[in-house]
Amino acid sequence: MYVVIAGGGKVGWNLARELISKDHEVTLLENNRRRYLTIEEELEHAVQYGDASELWILERAGIQRADLVIAVTGDDEDNLLICQIAREKYLCERIIARVNNPRNVQWFELLGIQPAVSATDLILRLIEHEVPSYGLVHLLDLPAEQLEIIEVEVSADALAAGRPVQQVELPEGSLIISVLRGGKGFVPTGDTVIEAGDEVLLVLDPGLEEAITAQFAPNGARAE
Amino acid sequence: MFVLIVGAGRVGSTVARAALAGGHEVSVLDEDPLSHERLDHGQTTTWEDAGGRFTVGHAIEIEALEAAGIDQADVFIASTDGDNTNLVIAQIAKRRFDVANVVARVMDPARAAWYAEQGLHTICPTSAAIAEFKSVLEVA
Repeated sequence: MYVVIAGGGKVGWNLARELISKDHEVTLLENNRRRYLTIEEELEHAVQYGDASELWILERAGIQRADLVIAVTGDDEDNLLICQIAREKYLCERIIARVNNPRNVQWFELLGIQPAVSATDLILRLIEHEVPSYGLVHLLDLPAEQLEIIEVEVSADALAAGRPVQQVELPEGSLIISVLRGGKGFVPTGDTVIEAGDEVLLVLDPGLEEAITAQFAPNGARAE
Repeated sequence: MFVLIVGAGRVGSTVARAALAGGHEVSVLDEDPLSHERLDHGQTTTWEDAGGRFTVGHAIEIEALEAAGIDQADVFIASTDGDNTNLVIAQIAKRRFDVANVVARVMDPARAAWYAEQGLHTICPTSAAIAEFKSVLEVA
């Protein structure tokens, strides 16, 4: 497969490297001279210097015979234009666009540029998948060390709401390390009363999320 | 007519002043608050006192376009310093907001020509300059 990649940032360069290692033919286009020279040391003839939204640069890269055009610059307007030109002028059947600002996804849809990949959206979707609706966020996961730090919001009718820390029924292997209230964080004592709306940071052994969120979620709802 | 001009550089701000003087309703959108000075420069009144509207915001943000009044626009002029930005927002104005009269400034003659073929009204200052230089050479 012949792939033209616009934008030699971290995404573009690594994509080029991976595709080349899988025996695809790749041309990477990079507009910044210094960046181009750095990449050229590794990729040699597989990288070309120039603005990928200029038609002659695309033609020099052989866009007419490209099986796939990927636009992954840091500029959404550039990615939109490059993909639109690739598809509508050079009749490339397959394009992939990167969306830097998820709010611009609607413009990629409006102009028919699909698929448009937004890293922010991907990560948000992963969070939504991992996190039940009442909002538990993994702040730190250290699987090798068997340690996690999570942040959980205290619902108004949570079991823990209105109780001092020492009376919150937490499983063994977990500990409240900080409370965020009104934009300020502090380390609670056993007598600190947990209030609805607080955000509580806990350190825990992996696998205890469910028992912990049961204390903070609405009316003891369980994690899915 | 309601004229929305995105990008208050030399071209955008001068066109804005002319449109206002011509009796149109004019709204200008630019991401740089200081670009407002260009609208006021050399004038006896401020842009707002003369009846103009000015919104600070990025051209591709829907909130900014709406705040600048794109819903009411009869004419949309894309005159930011980015060809790709102009081409994208011109298409947004046309396809999403059904603005009747959309014009985009595109410095690159190749892109300007291709998008013109696709039915977008583009203005290419580079082509105009080339034509001017050629005519000077012909006279000489």
